[in-house]
Amino acid sequence: MLGGLAAAAGTRIMGKEIEAEAQRPRQTWRPGQPPAMTAKTMSSRPTALLGQPRPGPARRPYAGGAAQLALDKSDSHLSDALNKEKPAKAESKSFAVAMFKGQLTTDQVFPYPSVLNQEQTEFLKELVEPVSRFFEEVNDPAKNDTLEMVEETTLQGLKELGAFGLQVPSELGGVGLCNTQYARLVEIVGMHDLAVGITLGAHQSIGFKGILLFGTKAQKEKYLPKLASGETLAAFCLTEPSSGSDAASIRTSAVPSPCGKYYTLNGSKLWISNGGLADIFTVFAKTPVTDPATGAVKEKITAFVVERGFGGVTHGPPEKKMGIKASNTAEVFFDGVRVPSENVLGEVGSGFKVAMHILNNGRFGMAAALAGTMRGIITKAVDYATNRIQFGEKIHNFGLIQEKLARMVMLQYVTESMAYMVSANMDQGSTDFQIEAAISKIFGSEAAWKVTDECIQIMGGMGFMKEPGVERVLRDLRIFRIFEGTNDILRLFVALQGCMDKGKELSGLGSALKNPFGNAGLLLGEAGKQLRRRAGLGSGLSLSGIVHPELSRSGELAVQALEQFATVVEAKLIKHKKGIVNEQFLLQRLADGAIDLYAMVVVLSRASRSLSEGHHTAQHEKMLCDTWCIEAAARIREGMAALQSDPRQHELYRNFKSISKALVERGGVVTSNPLGF
Amino acid sequence: MAELRALVAVKRVIDYAVKIRVKPDKTGVVTDGVKHSMNPFCEIAVEEAVRLKEKKLVKEVIAVSCGPAQCQETIRTALAMGADRGIHVEVPPAEAERLGPLQVAQVLAKLAEKEKVDLVLLGKQAIDDDCNQTGQMTAGFLDWPQGTFASQVTLEGDKLKVEREIDGGLETLRLKLPAVVTTDLRLNEPRYATLPNIMKAKKKKIEVIKPGDLGVDLTSKLSVISVEDPPQRTAGVKVETTEDLVAKLKEIGRI
Repeated sequence: MLGGLAAAAGTRIMGKEIEAEAQRPRQTWRPGQPPAMTAKTMSSRPTALLGQPRPGPARRPYAGGAAQLALDKSDSHLSDALNKEKPAKAESKSFAVAMFKGQLTTDQVFPYPSVLNQEQTEFLKELVEPVSRFFEEVNDPAKNDTLEMVEETTLQGLKELGAFGLQVPSELGGVGLCNTQYARLVEIVGMHDLAVGITLGAHQSIGFKGILLFGTKAQKEKYLPKLASGETLAAFCLTEPSSGSDAASIRTSAVPSPCGKYYTLNGSKLWISNGGLADIFTVFAKTPVTDPATGAVKEKITAFVVERGFGGVTHGPPEKKMGIKASNTAEVFFDGVRVPSENVLGEVGSGFKVAMHILNNGRFGMAAALAGTMRGIITKAVDYATNRIQFGEKIHNFGLIQEKLARMVMLQYVTESMAYMVSANMDQGSTDFQIEAAISKIFGSEAAWKVTDECIQIMGGMGFMKEPGVERVLRDLRIFRIFEGTNDILRLFVALQGCMDKGKELSGLGSALKNPFGNAGLLLGEAGKQLRRRAGLGSGLSLSGIVHPELSRSGELAVQALEQFATVVEAKLIKHKKGIVNEQFLLQRLADGAIDLYAMVVVLSRASRSLSEGHHTAQHEKMLCDTWCIEAAARIREGMAALQSDPRQHELYRNFKSISKALVERGGVVTSNPLGF
Repeated sequence: MAELRALVAVKRVIDYAVKIRVKPDKTGVVTDGVKHSMNPFCEIAVEEAVRLKEKKLVKEVIAVSCGPAQCQETIRTALAMGADRGIHVEVPPAEAERLGPLQVAQVLAKLAEKEKVDLVLLGKQAIDDDCNQTGQMTAGFLDWPQGTFASQVTLEGDKLKVEREIDGGLETLRLKLPAVVTTDLRLNEPRYATLPNIMKAKKKKIEVIKPGDLGVDLTSKLSVISVEDPPQRTAGVKVETTEDLVAKLKEIGRI
């Protein structure tokens, strides 16, 4: 029911470049390496308790017999009815998709995934040292910022280090890292210099990612070796002056020649990272596509690999920016560029999908980098707070400072946990992680901004000064909420994509109602669910036995939050149906709920693992987890209650709309100041 | 002339940037969970050996380290910098704590003979014990000439010209090969191991042997009685005049 809508609204992409992220096509391991399946990943999980026949003895690491018995009783009467109704297609294993439906699909989230085998872990450890040293000793972020370019020696050093081809297979000259390994290195880059991060990321995370994901063997062999060594740089060209979030509206055109041997590319792209440095461009342009059935010709987007050497490719001067100044951002112009037909990336007309995949694949990398940034910033904040004396005391003894520091580290912990969970899911071969990836981007970019802003606050006037370098990080961070899909668009995407499955289920129910006898099971299950939820009896869902016993209270909070959330999702979908796609006030609030909920689950998972493995930081993590869950659960409870039952909500939305309308009519603030002039 | 072979000894030490803490039982310093890396002077030695190889003056560079299993990380770093293969002389952790220059020098001497190398390179001293003895003792056991505190090394036919940093300035020696050289700070600036080189290093071999295989007895005649923090610096005292200064010094029994 909502199939196309999520795609339309959610996949508006800004061509803004991201910094380092992973890409790997959805394959699990490097060639020749067996997937590191452990007993944990192989066990059967307690899936949705309602709506599906129980797959087999559920493995609950912390389950006591009594808990199991209680659960058995609660849904046995329903499962009888349901046994007649089998799920029609393979259910998505995504936690986010399930949570919109009020289900607990824990396959991808519990236990916290560990995907690296011994060899990969040791190899990664060996890489961390040289990369860290390089950024500590050679790279000078302040200098790069002042020069508004990456110093030549640094760039050269990065190339020699191998940093430009981290994910290219080693046979083609790269380091061949999987997503999780990549995330670890990207964390280092994020900690030290985001501008360099963007230079690297625009090159390999999006610039030539398309070749890795969709390239033919010939394309890969031709382009990847020089890209991996850094001899040639790449750039991702999607954004145009009139097309940002609305990527489908791009106007750059690629007209096929009559002989069919080449396309002629004309158009201009805006704000392209590495635009002034790159030799290889992934360009998205409109091409005429003939529908084989009807013969109608439509303009669809196609992705191309364009070499500067083809002629007709020029670029503008470097843009002056608020932050990431050392990263080159420029307009790129294509004037009658002849692109050989062999350079089509993917299929003609499938460029939109290509762009989506590229961006989706790299998103968790941003969260990983930002987790690193926050780690560095928090160190600075703590260092200041432990040394600064005011009112006769070190300021870390004051409650206001303590709360700031605590909040900062919780945001860092959540972001980091999300980043490594998504990367691990991708390494495990999961193909349905787009909502989680989007959530991690939204959360990470906003968390990093808040953390850095708060660090400046803790440092007082000192934070505002150039020397400590924190103000530079804040300036660098601002763009992360904008490019690679603005957080606003991504929120719409999370809400709509999340609602999509649920919407299908509801419309499925709608048709079931037309044929009630044949669909008794579905209806009974649904009716039962609704009855229980409305009676406040809970859905019978539980995380008991899945989260560590010490976290059971937070686990309950998460389940309650999920139930509250799903109830509202369902109610709103029933009310608005397809029209929900225009209810942006609502969608934003649903997305915020989804983000908080996923965040709760992610930290529950990570803290559980730490507790059960006896990490020496386990108790601290328990505190972080519990604290986060208390506040997130409250936000969700209040947010959903407001959406569901606050009569003033509609008044609010109407007011927002009217106020905005008045401003637009006036061209600015409507009122004059209190003086009247 | 590129028939020379070099043995480089590397030591795994606590990273120079780490704040050292003494164990409460005073038997040593805390090493558990603490960041370790290759001794900086050993890095310089590896770098020099690799540069000689790049100049085609040395054919093979062998990296060796004595100690527990974790030494292999250090050998790998040497391999990533360009050494051809590694030898890990495995010593169990308990015994490794009592390894000193005398024992290591015996091992290195035996290995130098066994591997028939022409040049043994070491860092001038390790930053954990600051002994500055291993290179000298190794040369003694082998009865080879030595050039210590090298700030420049040049191969001249079958001789090695070594410029040394000594208290009075610079001293230049000419050594007949085979010889032992220990490296000082200004000899070179070690390269960063690049990620592709780390990958290539995975394929290089590390041979694991025991000191017994070389016929070396590791017993030490030294035992550590206690390890303590240096005394806390007390505040200084300011005085007004020279007479006050003399009086104060007499007071605290310094003169």
